[in-house]
Amino acid sequence: MSKVSFKVKVGLAEMLKGGVIMDVTNVEQAKIAEDAGAVSVMALERIPSDIRKDGGVARMSNPHMIKEIQENVSIPVMAKCRIGHFAEAQILEALEVDFIDESEVLTMADEYAHVDKHPFKAPFVCGARNLGEALRRIHEGAALIRTKGEAGSGNIVEAVRHMKMITSQIAELQNADLLLKAEEYRVPLDLVEEVAKNQKLTVPNFAAGGIATPADASLMMQLGAETVFVGSGIFKSEDPSERAHAIVKSVTHYKNAKDVLSASYNLKDAMKGILMSDIPEDEKFSNRGD
Amino acid sequence: MIGVLALQGNFDAHLRVIKKLNLDYRLVKKSNDIDCLDGLIFPGGESTTITKLFKKDKSLIEGIKDFSNHKPILGTCAGIILMSKKANDKRVYNFGFLDISMERNAYGRQIHSFEGKISVNYLKSTKDAKALFIRAPKIKEVGKDVEIFATYKNEIVGVKQGMHVGITCHPELLNETLIHDICFREHK
Repeated sequence: MSKVSFKVKVGLAEMLKGGVIMDVTNVEQAKIAEDAGAVSVMALERIPSDIRKDGGVARMSNPHMIKEIQENVSIPVMAKCRIGHFAEAQILEALEVDFIDESEVLTMADEYAHVDKHPFKAPFVCGARNLGEALRRIHEGAALIRTKGEAGSGNIVEAVRHMKMITSQIAELQNADLLLKAEEYRVPLDLVEEVAKNQKLTVPNFAAGGIATPADASLMMQLGAETVFVGSGIFKSEDPSERAHAIVKSVTHYKNAKDVLSASYNLKDAMKGILMSDIPEDEKFSNRGD
Repeated sequence: MIGVLALQGNFDAHLRVIKKLNLDYRLVKKSNDIDCLDGLIFPGGESTTITKLFKKDKSLIEGIKDFSNHKPILGTCAGIILMSKKANDKRVYNFGFLDISMERNAYGRQIHSFEGKISVNYLKSTKDAKALFIRAPKIKEVGKDVEIFATYKNEIVGVKQGMHVGITCHPELLNETLIHDICFREHK
């Protein structure tokens, strides 16, 4: 793949900065999200908290459902494929999805390799828990990185852990033997050198997994996220439309506590949420795909 | 000092270009951020999202309208749609700084986004510049007081009216400074 087309992919990620990307499962929800000021919607049949509850194999969503959403909103539409399932990714590209999320929320298709994302014209976003995962995904061709967090948990603790981990590991590169780091992270030296020099990833860095309130969104932005994904947090709450508006406002004015406060007024209950200690290790989405 | 509207969008890339031109900068989120600026940038992003955020803050809209009477504004992609008089989507707010009518996402979805070489009139000569077209809009009609200063394959992509400049693509994503130079240096 040429450098030109990679820049075009990253270009869309740049456009999404300072915004909120919302999980939606039907046209009605997609319209609520767009109306609230979402920069993009993630079209999927079941939101993560339902995938967790229902069990079974979670696959790419029905293309018909994705297409219906594409036809009813004007903002970019994203959709998820399983880790390593390049045939699902090909279908999503043929459907002209704007961004493909190779997602740990779905059941893994390949336990050893992610999709080789370079040959695709559609850009990919991938989750990461640490700098090694982020750099491997970028090396494979991801145009956007997001924290994995713990999707469907309504608990921000994992997203905070992953964002801080990535930030601190980037800072560590300043005084590290970069050749050893490249070896440890299993990526080429020049990628590590570029990140060490600029002190940031070579693609935008967003937050996902567990964001449920305007305060959660502000927290992630203040920790360095450039945009937030909100999955179950909106449509599992008691007031999706109000909450969607509130989270958009709190992302735009994330540094201004008075604005985040006014966004937080008059909201009903957030989703209930799950403690990490109540999720068995082998059921954590974030453990999928190293 | 140049302000970059930071309600949502690629304000980051514009900051990089402003720094490259050795100009001071400030992010603009509220009406008082406009005070004492010499110019303002409307970045790319989602025009419907930016509209929603504008509509929650009437004082910012009024402040920018007032600012536009005496200082230059540059808009890229979603920015030029907001600056236009008319767009094919009624949900988008139009400031009307440029007498043009716009079509949103006119090239199609992201898979049809591309890098192109645009030709730009600059100081009485024509220069080539590279730019990314990301889910870009098209300029469908141009009023009589509008000057065309940039084209891509015979399509109008960049226009000027008075001090204000709008372009449908993103030179700033490729660290190209020419357009910013045209908008802000010529009016210094």
